[in-house]
Amino acid sequence: MSLILFWIFAGLMLLFGLGVVLMRNPVSSAMCLVVSFVGLASLFFTLDAFFIGIIQILVYAGAVMVLFLFIIMLLDLKAAPARKLNVMAWTGSGLVLVGFVALMMQVVLGNPALHAAMPALTADYDDVQQIGLALFTNFNFPFQIVGVLLLVATVGVVVLSRKELK
Amino acid sequence: MDFSAFFTPGTEIFLIWTSIAKTIGLLFLAVLPLVSLAVFAERKVSAFIQDRVGPNRVGAPTSLLGFDKDLRLAGLGQMIADPIKLVLKENFIPNSVNKFYYFIAPKLAMIPPVLVLAVLPFGSSLFGVDMVIANVNIGVLWVFAVSSLGVYGIVLAGWASNSKYPFLGGIRSSSQMISYELSLGLSVIPVFLVCGTLNLGDIVKWQVQNGWLIAPFWPQGFDLGRAFSDPKMIWDSIVAGFSFQRLLLAVPMLISFFIFLVAMFAETNRAPFDLPEAEQELVGGYHTEYSAMGFALFFLGEYAAMIAGSGVIVTLFLGGWSLPMVPDGSAGWFWGLVNIATFFAKVCALLFVFIWVRWTVPRFRYDQLMRLGWIWFFEIALANIFLTAVILAFIKR
Repeated sequence: MSLILFWIFAGLMLLFGLGVVLMRNPVSSAMCLVVSFVGLASLFFTLDAFFIGIIQILVYAGAVMVLFLFIIMLLDLKAAPARKLNVMAWTGSGLVLVGFVALMMQVVLGNPALHAAMPALTADYDDVQQIGLALFTNFNFPFQIVGVLLLVATVGVVVLSRKELK
Repeated sequence: MDFSAFFTPGTEIFLIWTSIAKTIGLLFLAVLPLVSLAVFAERKVSAFIQDRVGPNRVGAPTSLLGFDKDLRLAGLGQMIADPIKLVLKENFIPNSVNKFYYFIAPKLAMIPPVLVLAVLPFGSSLFGVDMVIANVNIGVLWVFAVSSLGVYGIVLAGWASNSKYPFLGGIRSSSQMISYELSLGLSVIPVFLVCGTLNLGDIVKWQVQNGWLIAPFWPQGFDLGRAFSDPKMIWDSIVAGFSFQRLLLAVPMLISFFIFLVAMFAETNRAPFDLPEAEQELVGGYHTEYSAMGFALFFLGEYAAMIAGSGVIVTLFLGGWSLPMVPDGSAGWFWGLVNIATFFAKVCALLFVFIWVRWTVPRFRYDQLMRLGWIWFFEIALANIFLTAVILAFIKR
């Protein structure tokens, strides 16, 4: 059952991921990215990682992409015109793509963790609690640093978006 | 074929068919009639508030069956007449719209509120089956994640209509929903701090033992069954359950409840925050160019969002399906049904509040709305988290 679901959601994700690149209309691209994110979140759900999946939807599909869409609509971008096929560019990028995929296969398939069966999660496994424990014990310092970094970024945006700079 | 697995709790097939039954039952027996009822109530209550009569003609057409008069039923037939009117109307499509997004937008506006219902515990249990469709550990986050997707329907409708008022409505809506999601999310963190769980079912169970979150004073260890045989137990449980901390916790919980309620008004685009569809400024906002079923789906989406939002508020703050002194579904199917009825009665009461506010409070101006969200609610919700944490950490039980 979960294998069928995996193929459905993985296919959905990849299909709409392609859509992001191939669509001519920027709004369509953005919407394809949203569906791709939802597909990715569903993959996390099938792995019982509910928290990560839901954060994927909440942050990326629900907040970041709404802002993207907002900006695209405000800028009133038109659909990009279809261009002539550039053979050199396609061959070059094709070579890079094949090389990259081959390298990734080498690295991923060579990872011993891939071949070892993972133990199944117990029924009362609480992933929110686990992530919280990890964040506030082992990774407490980096977590706080990231918080300060985000605060600095927010203040920076507020300063930059003020109308007159003194 | 052996059907015993069908009725054995715990088997996969049992889980599947009960889930499907719960989904269909919730959608078609509870939510859709409730939407219809809410639209009717909106017209009746607004009429009452404005000192009018409201719809009172449409009833059962008994004259068709040979009786002298139609039964009026206080206009309840309007519940059925309104949807039929919308279905039968011509679906007019303007010429210059972006067809694909124009068609898909109403569906996108309707689906998220319905998905929110998946994690709401709308009853305790019935015949040993938990009355929640998906009992997941991240219940509240699911609610936020899914309802944050609801903005796409409105934004795309505004953009695809290719007309300036719908576009303005869509843009307003997206900025409004993003702004109020922050205070919505922050205002429930005190609830998690107090209950220690994100699971909506567990939050309700906490409230069964400790009292509703807006008034967590239920005496600890109180048991109705023993109250008659052992009256001293009542006093003992009140004394044992009293603590300064629990009294103080009611303060941040009330603040949370208020912020959550107001932010929910903004999230569902209801007056006094119905800026995206402000009739006087934007004609009809994002659904100006829609007619017939497209418009009906937006309508359905808005009322389903109200119902889902009320359900979330009831679950988080008003004790969910629980009533003091009423046992849960393990005491028999009758009490299971009473619990379900309690939940929907509370939802209906909140729906009435939604309607009442709409016809009483005038609409906010756009800058006032943004200032309220960013300068007041955001900060108060943040301070409220610290207040709750301090009470939990430093005040003895």
